[in-house]
Amino acid sequence: MLLLALDTATPAVTVALHDGDSVVAESSQVDARRHGELLLPAVDRVLAEAGRKLDAVTGIVVGVGPGPYTGLRVGIVTAATFAAVLDVPVHSLCTLDGIAYAAGLAGLEGEFVVATDARRKEVYWARYADARTRVTEPAVDRPAELAERVAGLTAVGAGAVLYPDAFTDVRADLPQHQSAGALAALAAEKLRTGGEFLPGQPLYLRRPDAQVPANYKVVTPQ
Amino acid sequence: MARRTDEPLVLGIETSCDETGVGIVRGHTLLADAVASSVDEHARFGGVVPEVASRAHLEAMVPTIQRALKDAGVSAKDLDGIAVTAGPGLAGALLVGVSAAKAYAYALGKPLYGVNHLASHICVDQLEHGALPEPTMALLVSGGHSSLLLAPDITADVRPLGSTIDDAAGEAFDKIARVLNLGFPGGPVIDRYAREGDPDAIRFPRGLTGPRDPIYDFSFSGLKTAVARWIEAKRAAGENVPVADVAASFQEAVVDVLTRKAVRACKDHGVDHLMIGGGVAANTRLRAMAERRCEDAGITLRVPRPKLCTDNGAMVAALGAEMVARGRASSSWDLSADSSLPVTESHVPGHGDGHGHGHGHGHGHDHDHFHELSKDNLYS
Ligand SMILES: [Zn+2]
Repeated sequence: MLLLALDTATPAVTVALHDGDSVVAESSQVDARRHGELLLPAVDRVLAEAGRKLDAVTGIVVGVGPGPYTGLRVGIVTAATFAAVLDVPVHSLCTLDGIAYAAGLAGLEGEFVVATDARRKEVYWARYADARTRVTEPAVDRPAELAERVAGLTAVGAGAVLYPDAFTDVRADLPQHQSAGALAALAAEKLRTGGEFLPGQPLYLRRPDAQVPANYKVVTPQ
Repeated sequence: MARRTDEPLVLGIETSCDETGVGIVRGHTLLADAVASSVDEHARFGGVVPEVASRAHLEAMVPTIQRALKDAGVSAKDLDGIAVTAGPGLAGALLVGVSAAKAYAYALGKPLYGVNHLASHICVDQLEHGALPEPTMALLVSGGHSSLLLAPDITADVRPLGSTIDDAAGEAFDKIARVLNLGFPGGPVIDRYAREGDPDAIRFPRGLTGPRDPIYDFSFSGLKTAVARWIEAKRAAGENVPVADVAASFQEAVVDVLTRKAVRACKDHGVDHLMIGGGVAANTRLRAMAERRCEDAGITLRVPRPKLCTDNGAMVAALGAEMVARGRASSSWDLSADSSLPVTESHVPGHGDGHGHGHGHGHGHDHDHFHELSKDNLYS
């Protein structure tokens, strides 16, 4: 097994190569505006570091969000295109699950929530029974509106760090950003144990901003 | 005809607006032109919604690539390069195509060519009428652009002579169609109504045609307002709006200015060919008037068939093939989608060794496109 994992759903542009047992190489850069530029060079770098070629990969792992950035699509279309050329499967995962899994690897136990920055003063979030078990669907909300639901719960992720009034027990010491290494490790575990993956569609969670133009505006002076 | 395998085989990807286009060409020969359009999803909004377009591109990307390969009957392994529209266009929409093209080129081990959308609109005519004359004079008219361009070398030297100072010509068609309640997009429906109408029924203003006005620039905003005002006056007086006459007279005003300025540009620059491209080039009145005026001026007119005039992947492949044929430098893996890529940049060459592969650092241009990207980073 050789998995190439990538995730561009959050400000992090992260790529990793995983051989089924452990992460072989990983690259993570945080730059919310340059997903499109950074991803391919990162893939190239990670493969070079591992001394492998892309055609050795047996599966592509991709985080499908939720994510607010234009960048969300960069990772998903890259994964789909690689898979089409290499004729290997795409294993799609919720981006929040990768952050939860990384928190588990870092030693977090018990219940917690993961939150990422959804911009527009909102967060993407989900609740976990443990690092492997998400108990709510990913959602997008204003932090103040979910303060009651997350009160007293341990919280991880950059979205939680951003809104300490709502997330009162933030573990800022745990990884705040997505790591493709953790995402790949989660996928490798699921592939071993027969766990489920998501369909490949991006989790936008918001409808497109689109307004039917207002009724035709009269230009004749009244 | 014997298959000319010495000419470059290139796949081109276009996602600058609402069409997901993938074309394959061998030199000047069109092999495939696969297009998936999201235009119907935009119709109820009366214009292209960037986020809707970007989402549709993502869904259509890989299937459209595969359809093009099947249509062309070629193997991806035999491609000499992958070309992609790097700009100008909608930032989020461009990004889907650029990301796919990079992944595709990387996975196949082929060179990547980020090319200019406007230069592609010109270069597509090589698939219809053979090698472009040098220089080529081009009039590009669509919902997004209205430009007069002089291209001594389509791969390296494209000079803007003039462009619209407000609305694009196609936009004016959309807006007038909306005032007349004819739906979106406006170009084809206005063209259809105009055929039944009298182009001389109403004398609408010709923008920027006064003696002190810029010779090659266009303006359609004043015309749009004049037409709307005329319609409103009719409605206010309780009279029926003669839709066919309004459509014909409006269209006549647009086409008159476009062709007059294009022919003038040819004469001024001693160019004996005029190329017309972009979606509005499909307009039957534009074609007819351009034909007559070019003939009168001794200018050879080149207009590709309508399907090649609207946004498509074949035009990107055509320019990519020309880049390969002329040995132009390929792009780097950090190629960015540049929503405001200047028309003077026919392509976005890589930095360093001129081949670009494996160079994940630095920046190609000095103008600020981050601003453009970040402006609507959230959803476009
Ligand atoms: Zn165009």
